[in-house]
Amino acid sequence: MSSLLTISLVISALHLALPILMPMLGGLISERSGVLNIGLEGMMLIGAFSAVLVTYFTGDPWLGLIGALASGVFSGSALALMTVTLRGDQVVSCAAINLIGAGLTAALIPVIWGVDGLTPSVEKIPVVRVPLLADLPNVGRLFSSLSLVDYACFALVFLVWWVMFRTDAGLRIRACGESAESADAAGIAVVRTRFFAVVASGVFGALGGAYLSIVTLDMFQASMTQGRGFLALAALVFGKWRVWPGALACIAFGFADAIALRAQILWRDIPHELLIALPYVLALLALATFVGRASGPADAGKPFKRA
Amino acid sequence: MTRDAMTAPPSIKKAATGKRQVRMDPEVMADALANDTRQPNGEFVPRLVARFHTMSGSVGGQVLTFMLTIAAALVASVPLIWLAGSDFWLTTTAFFGGALGSGPAIAETLVQMIPLLIAGLAVAVAFHASLFNIGVEGQLLFGGLVAGVVGASLDIPPALLMIVCLLAGMIGGALFALIPALLKAYRGAHEVVTTIMMNFVAVAVAEFAVAPTGPFVAADQPSATDRVPEGAQLPIIWEGTRLHAGLLVALAAVAIATWVLYRTPAGFRLRLMGANQNAARASGISIERQTIIALLASGALGGLAGAVQVLGLYGRFYAGFSPGYGFDAIAVALLGALSPIGVVAASFFFAVLHAGSVPLQAIAGISREFVGVVSGLVVAFVAAQPAVMRLVSNMRQKVVDDTLPNDPPEPQYMSEIATSPEEPS
Repeated sequence: MSSLLTISLVISALHLALPILMPMLGGLISERSGVLNIGLEGMMLIGAFSAVLVTYFTGDPWLGLIGALASGVFSGSALALMTVTLRGDQVVSCAAINLIGAGLTAALIPVIWGVDGLTPSVEKIPVVRVPLLADLPNVGRLFSSLSLVDYACFALVFLVWWVMFRTDAGLRIRACGESAESADAAGIAVVRTRFFAVVASGVFGALGGAYLSIVTLDMFQASMTQGRGFLALAALVFGKWRVWPGALACIAFGFADAIALRAQILWRDIPHELLIALPYVLALLALATFVGRASGPADAGKPFKRA
Repeated sequence: MTRDAMTAPPSIKKAATGKRQVRMDPEVMADALANDTRQPNGEFVPRLVARFHTMSGSVGGQVLTFMLTIAAALVASVPLIWLAGSDFWLTTTAFFGGALGSGPAIAETLVQMIPLLIAGLAVAVAFHASLFNIGVEGQLLFGGLVAGVVGASLDIPPALLMIVCLLAGMIGGALFALIPALLKAYRGAHEVVTTIMMNFVAVAVAEFAVAPTGPFVAADQPSATDRVPEGAQLPIIWEGTRLHAGLLVALAAVAIATWVLYRTPAGFRLRLMGANQNAARASGISIERQTIIALLASGALGGLAGAVQVLGLYGRFYAGFSPGYGFDAIAVALLGALSPIGVVAASFFFAVLHAGSVPLQAIAGISREFVGVVSGLVVAFVAAQPAVMRLVSNMRQKVVDDTLPNDPPEPQYMSEIATSPEEPS
């Protein structure tokens, strides 16, 4: 057991948790504003792909990150256009985003690189060594294996909590999700607020995808997100649409993933095919037991039209 | 419903239903006919869209919607062909030649159609109850696994074994849908999230079952179960091609689903719950029970799709036998407007895409993943349909203004009844 619980487990758990945590924040913003975003998976894939694409052609992973965020604005706008402006069905629109995201990224790999399945490797976002902390015994390794993006992600968790629950803007967003009519009566521009919330969720989804492709790994692989966009939604439900409990759920998923990876090496007699399913089984178990009957924002899923 | 019945003033509406015609006062009838303002005047385009809108509730209108959605999706995918740098004509001829150009090509298209048809039906059945079963892929995999294992290990007469295998596949698929069904009914967990989780579990279980050390792996073939005896496989129904009796199974499933959905109390309860949950609850229908029934039925169909693939096409279970049929099935169900007949047409369209994409890859160098993009576009257009219809009806409103005494009832679109708005994920 001691060989299982080490600092490197914590590091790999963090690396596996952040690509769930970022889309979870995106889902939180979107659903709190009243739009179900089941399309996070597709947005992540598009983000991950754009990050590698831009990095490949410019050689700079930071430009790649910006490219990914731009793709998030694009995919978020597409979803917002379908669900908020045109008032199409939210789940069906999200399914479209997921299908297009998975299909388009996989179809473009051979078009651009001439190979099937995965891209050549590109420059990664470099890790930074925090001067003094990295010299600490044991814990020090943590501070020499994270990049600026990791720290930015931690900051984003706090930022989203602060904006959503401590500012007027957040109150407006949440009002749109709880009762669009009342929000409208109080003078909030529901359509505009929701539109921006969905675009923001697209950016967070793309950030999660880019994290996978240019922070954890250094390439894009067809459907590399492996359902993390959906795990993010499950985490959102456990956290009951709140930032900190949701973040804890994401970290729990990260640990489940990391333990599953490690157990393959430590206990060879457990079939690793089954261990891979551990986070998903955990998510199902949690949905079945821990959480009370889930109740999200009251107006989530309902298109809003001014009477 | 005919176009006349939808647009005519109330007095004519009765006449149009036929039976009550005798009760009509001839004078009123003549008056109504004289004042028939159904044909709006004005510009050509608004007139066209007005005409289209009045038809959208009829069969002709639905066929038109179907064709327009397909056309829009195909047009939207042209940039991809251009991006791939291929010649447009070469691409088109390779595509249609590969899908419909010859007898064997058509047979191959039908082979592709079988799993799409059954899986599309599975998605459609769940949609009728306003449940979104994205887990058909997992149910298909697990159903195929169960059918393959049962077929390889049971020692009973072949004809009986075939039926047992198909049933086992259905039970396997239903079991895989049971967990999301229970979670949805009693914990309120959104079925989209739970069925997706089950997809990953299904992949893991399938890979484990036929891993080198797995319990069901064949001695002569990695990542597969032992062969199902020849007699228990679905027979070939077109000599010299791969077309097997699974097509008949699929068509039987369509017939049964149509009958159950539209002609039995069980189907009525299912559709009532999908159309209006509050009305269903008020009339004494248990939402929990219907949720479980709908998802189990959907899962059983998904499992059947997998079992038919295993028994008809491969003769054994392979871990990676599905190239994502369960996901294309979503597009199939939505494009088919959830009606079983529509699903047949939609699955044929996607089968053409699948069959045509093989030579497309060889000749024009366009990836097969292209099919996924088209299905995504189809779903996007279906999602946007109500908005387009609203636009059309606004334009029509401008044309006819208030010449019509009564507006035709808003036709209902599948994406609007597809999901219940009350339940957040």
